[in-house]
Amino acid sequence: MRYSLFSLLRQSLVGHRGWQPVWRDAAPKRGYDIVVIGGGGHGLATAHYLAKVHGIRDVAVLEKSWIGSGNAGRNTTIIRSNYLLPGNNPFYELSMKLWEGLEQDLNFNTMVSQRGVVNLYHSDAQRDAYARRGNAMRMHGVDAELLSRAEVKRMLPFLDFDNARFPIRGGLLQRRGGTARHDAVVWGYARSASDLGVDIVQNCEVTGFLREGDRVVGVSTSRGDIRAAKVAVVVAGSSSRLAALAGLKLPIESHVLQAFVSEAIKPFIDTVVTFGAGHFYISQSDKGGLVFGGDIDGYNSYAQRGNLPTVEDVCESGVALMPAISRARLLRSWAGIMDMSMDGSPIIDRTPLPGLYLNAGWCYGGFKATPASGFCLAHLLARDESHPLAAALTLDRFGAGRLIDEKGQGAQPNLH
Amino acid sequence: MRIRCPYCGERDLSEFAYWGDGGYVRPDPHAHDPEFAYYTAVYLRDNPAGAHAEFWYHGIGCRSWLKVTRDTVSHRILGVEFAGARR
Repeated sequence: MRYSLFSLLRQSLVGHRGWQPVWRDAAPKRGYDIVVIGGGGHGLATAHYLAKVHGIRDVAVLEKSWIGSGNAGRNTTIIRSNYLLPGNNPFYELSMKLWEGLEQDLNFNTMVSQRGVVNLYHSDAQRDAYARRGNAMRMHGVDAELLSRAEVKRMLPFLDFDNARFPIRGGLLQRRGGTARHDAVVWGYARSASDLGVDIVQNCEVTGFLREGDRVVGVSTSRGDIRAAKVAVVVAGSSSRLAALAGLKLPIESHVLQAFVSEAIKPFIDTVVTFGAGHFYISQSDKGGLVFGGDIDGYNSYAQRGNLPTVEDVCESGVALMPAISRARLLRSWAGIMDMSMDGSPIIDRTPLPGLYLNAGWCYGGFKATPASGFCLAHLLARDESHPLAAALTLDRFGAGRLIDEKGQGAQPNLH
Repeated sequence: MRIRCPYCGERDLSEFAYWGDGGYVRPDPHAHDPEFAYYTAVYLRDNPAGAHAEFWYHGIGCRSWLKVTRDTVSHRILGVEFAGARR
């Protein structure tokens, strides 16, 4: 079913009883050309681009739970491409461009809202660093504007500009950045992939890899063995667990990141704001809730549940930045498991095992990368060569010394 | 999450700083293929879901380095000892 104004009008006349499920909940076949493990945004995007761009439709997406039940449903929905380094910036800009055309591509309302992303700076040194980042972005053709204190004040008058410790001196603005509706991204990609012939198999946990010598020739799952010429692991958060089933050790630690939403309030914040002195980012959902988050808790975890010191830290940062929110009540908090890579940048690459491909290490920036991640992995799977814009995101860069360390923290994943 | 420091007793998580995997052993630079050994030690992690030995620093306390065994799925602390205890 295609969505349009006419289909909406027609359904409104019959009490909306004619809407159909938007994707097939398939049972697994015995074999496929390509099996994608992981029914999150990245896995479903991979399937969509495999089918749509490369014409490969004999594809299965295997999900151990229901699609979008992991990090795709747990993020703070921010999209942006304000990266500094050459290996990262063009990749995230590809993602931004795909976001801009996503609704037309999928015929699905993913509620992409380019409301702008403002990174605040609080010192001369930080202004210089942001000017450098803004210049790097503009040299790559990405929009960036360095805002003065007065310009930020016009946009966001309710911030605490004269905080004694961290006064706000200005900000770096990417107007094309913003938010998207995370669940709609999952459903939109699932619907498109399913319509093009991809099997989306839920409640199908991968328990091992089928091997012929070194080569990976399929997976064993809770719903039987499935053979495939190529297998892609797209399970950020649990990448190390899947890799261990294939006998691989990854440059990744799993960490827990918490996110929060307040009770719904009237329109208050019409952009995405990040605090430069701590780690805090906030936007307002269309329902009115303030959606915000901060740092990862900082220790290895697979719990999807964080601890209170981080809750306190995030809320303190928020209140320091915008004191008015101290009266808003917290509605809900939750957590997701992040693949923290050793340089803070992702991996889209082959593995040492022929037939096995890896999409991992998204740290806490996976949501914004969803379209480009799927696009570039589909390219790699279809043509067996890296997409030029993802060519730096290799698995062997750690051994070869070609790290993409955006924050310059070294091999200390809880600091990225 | 609270950690029972062998010196200070049970204390709140916010008193501690995390360093990471307690399995880290500095490679012998004179051994065969030291480049690979250092790459493995610096970058690769077992990252298990379950019992994990890790280093914590009791910075707002006795300032001891601790080796904590913790379940990464439940956050339950399974054991704590001074990091130098086995040397």
